[in-house]
Amino acid sequence: MRDFSYLRADSVEAARNAAALPGAMLLAGGTTLVDLAKCGVAEPATVIDISHIAGLDAIDVGPDRAVIGALAKMSHVADHPQVKSHFPAVSEALWQAASAQLRNMATIGGNLMQRTRCPYFRDPQNFPACNKRAPGSGCSAIGGVTRGHAVLGTSEACIATYPGDLAIALVAFEAEVDLGERKLKVEDFFLAPGATAEQEHDIRPGEVITAIEIPGSAAARRSTYLKVRDRQSYEFAAASAAVGLELEGDGRTIRDIRVALGGVATKPWRARAVEEALKGKPLDEATVRKASELAMAGAVDHGANHYKIALAPRVIARAILELGETA
Amino acid sequence: MTSQTHAGQTIIDPPEDGHFRNGSTNQPSPTTLSLHLTINGETHALDVEPRVTLLDALRERLHLTGTKKGCDQGQCGACTVHVDGERVLACLTLAAQVEGRSITTIEGLADEDGTLHAVQAAFLEQDAFQCGYCTPGQIMSAVACIREGHAGSDEEIREYMAGNLCRCGAYPHIVAAVRQAARELRS
Repeated sequence: MRDFSYLRADSVEAARNAAALPGAMLLAGGTTLVDLAKCGVAEPATVIDISHIAGLDAIDVGPDRAVIGALAKMSHVADHPQVKSHFPAVSEALWQAASAQLRNMATIGGNLMQRTRCPYFRDPQNFPACNKRAPGSGCSAIGGVTRGHAVLGTSEACIATYPGDLAIALVAFEAEVDLGERKLKVEDFFLAPGATAEQEHDIRPGEVITAIEIPGSAAARRSTYLKVRDRQSYEFAAASAAVGLELEGDGRTIRDIRVALGGVATKPWRARAVEEALKGKPLDEATVRKASELAMAGAVDHGANHYKIALAPRVIARAILELGETA
Repeated sequence: MTSQTHAGQTIIDPPEDGHFRNGSTNQPSPTTLSLHLTINGETHALDVEPRVTLLDALRERLHLTGTKKGCDQGQCGACTVHVDGERVLACLTLAAQVEGRSITTIEGLADEDGTLHAVQAAFLEQDAFQCGYCTPGQIMSAVACIREGHAGSDEEIREYMAGNLCRCGAYPHIVAAVRQAARELRS
């Protein structure tokens, strides 16, 4: 790991100013930054430690909305009783991510800045070509081993999968990220690679995530996160779905439904076509399975990841149907 | 963290107004940090480069080698320690980051008279290891797992201990040890 200078910010304003320094990177939990510095992917000139800023870890949850401070730990949010009752999919996405130790370190703001786990991106010594690391250098994954790579939102520049879980639930429930001067939808905060794979987030030098806000809704209260993976625990998603459901008074007609996908796309992926196809329809297996197929419109595989196109609609359908069976 | 002078340049904590760009403070360069770390109740002073992890500081500088280096990439859990009572990975924690926090390693778990912690005793009784390399991390993780209230069933123990890998495959005995210690600590 290349050495860097270290500064500790004791306020958000200090962090903003320091973040504008050339080559500066913010350190919160460190689970991404320190890891990528060891891989030789991140080479910060200055590390700005924001983990000591007081008060930025507050968790304030009610039925109408949740405001979660950027430095709140994943584990604390996952175990928060009101997050569990008002936003169960958020809690489930968090506790199914990483390990208990990593969840005690990683923060909510840092989680949104998590980088892809594409093995080519993480290995600059053996694979110099990576448009995410070195714009214009090419993509080593295309034509390589692609079992974990994305089938939605890809481009000729990049097919790296967005690896996170939390943001899938945030996109489903239309959460916003607070950057101080501006707020934007989490869905818009993440950028598909297009021709600029190196740009993963709509964040500018000197901006610091201070909080995320999630609006409450009936669908958020009746929600779940289903994560299917190669091993049962401590693994990234092969395909995952955050789903929220609100039924009409008859108990079977869908009034509102939210569907977002993880493990299959280059960014947290809202499946609006599935939602639109199901609103006003009865909650029965045939209808749900047919609608779930719509999530894969436009999917492009690269060989070994072909299975995701068949897997993801089944994950969506199972999540919706299991949610329908809960009271 | 104290101020350090390096090649004529002063490295300082962020000024109170936070204005790095305007005037007094130049872009800092890598230099040595003088840290005070509280480990197992004792304060240790050490000078480290900013990039030094807590794991390397513990093992190479303070000779607390009970905390193990397995993957050094946050994947195996062998380096698990407690910071302010919560389990974390020392390999992905910068030493500079935990100044002012209370750190507990496997060396700090037993009583001063040598009486083992209930989890240590349970690991011995259940033969919850073979080669022993992952064991300090397993034990630190298990202590926290029980304290968090995530040791209510074998299924829950397996889920919440998933961040600690054992290449010898002693998992069934590890689960038995955590189950036993959780029962003892509850009563």
